[in-house]
Amino acid sequence: MHEFMHRLGGLGDVDPLQYSGPAWSPYLVGALIGVLSMLTFYFSNKPIGASTAYARIAGMIGLAVAPKHTRSLKYFEGKPPKVGWELMLVLAVVAGAFLAAWTGGELTGKFLPAMWQDRFGSDSYLLRTLVTLAGGVLMAFGARMAGGCTSGHGISGTLQLAIGSWVSAICFFIGGIVAAMLMYAT
Amino acid sequence: MATITEQPPETKAKASPPVNSQPEAAPGKTLVLGAVFGLIFGFLLQKGGVAKFHVLIGQLMLVDFTVLKVMLSAVVVGALGIHFMHRAGLVELHIKPTRYASNIIGGLLFGVGFALSAYCPGTGAAALGQGNYDAIAMMIGMIGGSYLFAEASGWIGRHIDPIGDRGKLTLHDVIPVNRTGLVVAFAAVLVIVLVAIETLGGR
Repeated sequence: MHEFMHRLGGLGDVDPLQYSGPAWSPYLVGALIGVLSMLTFYFSNKPIGASTAYARIAGMIGLAVAPKHTRSLKYFEGKPPKVGWELMLVLAVVAGAFLAAWTGGELTGKFLPAMWQDRFGSDSYLLRTLVTLAGGVLMAFGARMAGGCTSGHGISGTLQLAIGSWVSAICFFIGGIVAAMLMYAT
Repeated sequence: MATITEQPPETKAKASPPVNSQPEAAPGKTLVLGAVFGLIFGFLLQKGGVAKFHVLIGQLMLVDFTVLKVMLSAVVVGALGIHFMHRAGLVELHIKPTRYASNIIGGLLFGVGFALSAYCPGTGAAALGQGNYDAIAMMIGMIGGSYLFAEASGWIGRHIDPIGDRGKLTLHDVIPVNRTGLVVAFAAVLVIVLVAIETLGGR
């Protein structure tokens, strides 16, 4: 099977550990994210979550293109598609990560991640675009159905000992491990 | 179960928590706080290495445990911190409903998307800031997928959400012991898991 796939796609063998790891201790970073959660609960009365921001943008575009239809959709009832806390959070994440990568000399400035390129070739722009796009669609659908993403369920929900969040987070990893093994294991 | 969501006791002396969750109530302050917290969150995600493509794929291939180390450390600190802040009446909890069918099906779909893009909704934004331009395709997909879900939300709400719907269920409802004791034990178990991961090697 693997031989077949190799010959079919000319896949390269990859080892994730041959690329650079985290700049800071993951324990320190995790602990600080835990403190950040306490701050968002206290000052904003909100748990950290990222996926809602994308749904807000989807709703805003929907309202501009097909306002009547968008207002008829159940999901947008009681969730006015507005620029809110969640969208500001995600936009600022881009800026914060830029600062971190810039100060740490880790800016990549590439479309194809190094490990992807070693696996699928340096000309796999179309494949990467389609796979990433499909990944985004599945993640958004899954996150909305499950009620949250890696942040909302995986951190904010699990730290409140919510059973649904633990079930969702474990399923994130089960689905991810199976798919990643199929794509990258030699 | 009802105790989870009720207002914190009126014992707080100062600085009542911002109970209003409507963005339009105090737009300016809300937006600025979102931006400040996002800036810190993005900075930490990048420094923690979880904005990197190969770190996320390495986690899903079970050779690089950086993602779990970051997540579980955050949960240990956050669980203890938020539990005690809640006990002191300083914060409200925000428990998402447990709906087994939707949690499992949605979770598995999310996981497959997670492996395909190698980003999640938060770390993908961090990856873009770091210079991984392919994250833009993930974000466009997220927006499309969100609308697609909205299209299906009526049907899912009628047919899937009710299956195994347990409401705002937490470990406290399943194991009815002293709340503080349970949170401390929960944090201790996660620390043991982290020690085990560290001992067993990998990154």
